[in-house]
Amino acid sequence: MAPKPPSGHHCESCALHAHLVQMGIQVDDWDYVVGLAGNPNVGKSTVFNALTGLKQHTGNWPGKTVVRAEGGFEFNGKRYKIIDLPGTYSLLSASVDEEIARDFILFGKPDCTVVVVDATVLERNLNLVLQVLEITDRVVVCLNLMDEARRKGIDVDHRALARDLGVPVVPTAARLGEGLGLLMRTVAEIIEGQTQTTPHRITGNPDLNRAVAELVPLLEAAYPGLPNARWVAMRLLDGDYRIRQALESGELLRLAGAGQSPERKAEEPALSLEVT
Amino acid sequence: MNEGQLDNQTMTAPGPATAREILARAEALQRTMDVAFRDKIVESIYTDAEAITSRVVRQQGSRYAHLDQRIDRIVTSKVWGLPLMFVLLAGVFWVTIVGANYPSALLASFLFWVEDHGAALFAGAGLPWWVTGFLWHGVYRGLAWVVSVMLPPMAIFFPIFTILEDLGYLPRVAFNIDHLFKKAGAHGKQALTMSMGLGCNAAGVIACRIIDSPRERLIAILTNNFMPCNGRWPTLIMLATLFVAAAFPPSLAAIAAAGSLVLIVVIGGLMTLLVSALLSRTVLKGEASSFTLELPPYRRPNVLRVLYTSIIDRTLFVLWRAVVMAAPSGGAIWLLSNLQVSGQSLTDWTSGWLNPAGHAVGLDGVILLAYIIAIPANEIVVPTILMAYTSAGRMVEIDNLAQLQHLLVGQHGWTLMTAISLMLFSLLHNPCSTTIWTVYQETKSTRWAVVSGLLPLAIAFLLLFILNQGIRVFGLI
Repeated sequence: MAPKPPSGHHCESCALHAHLVQMGIQVDDWDYVVGLAGNPNVGKSTVFNALTGLKQHTGNWPGKTVVRAEGGFEFNGKRYKIIDLPGTYSLLSASVDEEIARDFILFGKPDCTVVVVDATVLERNLNLVLQVLEITDRVVVCLNLMDEARRKGIDVDHRALARDLGVPVVPTAARLGEGLGLLMRTVAEIIEGQTQTTPHRITGNPDLNRAVAELVPLLEAAYPGLPNARWVAMRLLDGDYRIRQALESGELLRLAGAGQSPERKAEEPALSLEVT
Repeated sequence: MNEGQLDNQTMTAPGPATAREILARAEALQRTMDVAFRDKIVESIYTDAEAITSRVVRQQGSRYAHLDQRIDRIVTSKVWGLPLMFVLLAGVFWVTIVGANYPSALLASFLFWVEDHGAALFAGAGLPWWVTGFLWHGVYRGLAWVVSVMLPPMAIFFPIFTILEDLGYLPRVAFNIDHLFKKAGAHGKQALTMSMGLGCNAAGVIACRIIDSPRERLIAILTNNFMPCNGRWPTLIMLATLFVAAAFPPSLAAIAAAGSLVLIVVIGGLMTLLVSALLSRTVLKGEASSFTLELPPYRRPNVLRVLYTSIIDRTLFVLWRAVVMAAPSGGAIWLLSNLQVSGQSLTDWTSGWLNPAGHAVGLDGVILLAYIIAIPANEIVVPTILMAYTSAGRMVEIDNLAQLQHLLVGQHGWTLMTAISLMLFSLLHNPCSTTIWTVYQETKSTRWAVVSGLLPLAIAFLLLFILNQGIRVFGLI
């Protein structure tokens, strides 16, 4: 096997088994909620299965997971509920699966969102990462399929990537169980506030930034504490129906007020999606 | 970020703006732009992603990528893509049929040996005849049939299918047949939702969420049923083995049986395209939308996971469902067959009543009765038919598959045409109640749920009627 990427942590699999208790679907009571986002076919369900011990359907084709799957595990004495979101390339358009993913990250307010990316086609995967970073700063990037990247001779500098994105990046090979212990430690550090992030902001262009800069102060004044006014502004400028609705119905107020604690109620919008 | 240029004129009153004011401002800003805002965001995201990638990724020469490309050039070639797909499919069926033959016979003789001895034990213990009949010749026989006919083929078919899935072959299939869907006015991703339907139609219907356009999504939902699901494979494989194979000399038997199964899938595919085209030109008018399909790299399947998924998730799941559903219906059939009303059993009454409709489409009343009983789960069609045939006074001993054929052909007048009609009916008829319920869940429309049930049923009857009457009129068989 090719050498492991230098991560500074030895025996990651030991760490995983020392602290991780798979809890299957028993998630009536939890301390933290973690969302798993990512492009289709990058191994989200594999990561999900490895952590929860569940057997979500996996296979080598995009579009397998379309229903949110939930599972639980215990790590270092804390109980986590983890949600396997449908794979999406973006959060901009309006297909049902993209809406489920977007609504969960925005309105479900997970304690941490893990964005799983395919190390062999990083550029395409970053589109989604950059969008998630505009919504929440509690993000860990799981640089998955490192085994495949090594085999293909693709070398990803995960430290430089973490610097550029402003959030932790953990290289993994979920199919082999590599790096999952470190991933969970990193997630725990984000949730417990030991790691501060400075998420990358979309650079934009003058036209876009001018419009966004006009809306953001209005939003911030109307919804003090709104964690992602910039993103909401961009969605409004794009004419996003769902966000307009959230603004009109006052749903956005709840987002601004409630801080980051997970609420059962907060997740419901994703389930009661109407298909039009 | 650029310096904010807050336009104070937007504020109609001091204090924070209301939601309506913010929306009005957003709309006003939208109008000031020369290009759609969406394009600006997308362009900007792409620029950033490219810049970051160029800083952190170093690509070295790779021979594996070349190998992938070389395989893809053949697998997705315009000339070889489709034929290769059919050959692969036929190969999978051939292995399944040949491989399942012996274990099926072995299981059958063992399980029916248990039935004989169990029944003898009960009789010896002085239990009334109807207890023995109900439990051993009703419930147990139903279960024994399900297990011996369904388990071996599934235990071979599902792992092979899962291996193809894990290798990354499914998206290539979608790529190969995309242009056909475009012509039908449907979405190319429908090929993926169909693949999902090969496992379970309810799952296939949910998978249609990957299709963005509501129109094309509905088409994919309504036609998903034309892909035979887990529950229908055992019926199809059994019929192909018992009847199609028997119509050919032994050397060709397995190949003919496999070929007939490929033909069934092809007919299912053609029906999907035909009905999609009809829908997209009538009630669901519109152009096919374009999309990006990712061809993932070929990956080596994880053997343990493949075995787990296919044996536990698929084989045992299907078998369990069949057993759970077959046990009560086995008992019910036994009761129906043994309860007499004016000298005839209830089974005879109902199947007699259904007989004219059955005969018109090449089937019989018992088969239609079995399909009505099997609405909750297609897995139990064959067991139900067998139980109806074998229960009551016409009890026959069946301890191997040849005798099964004898029962159907000799005693109940099945012909090759009955088997073909049944295969087609199994492919085309209404989906199970779970799938119809899922259609309702996904569309939130009673109307479309009803259409999803009745449309295939009408097509099945119409097509079989034309086929059977045509053959009768022209005296082909």
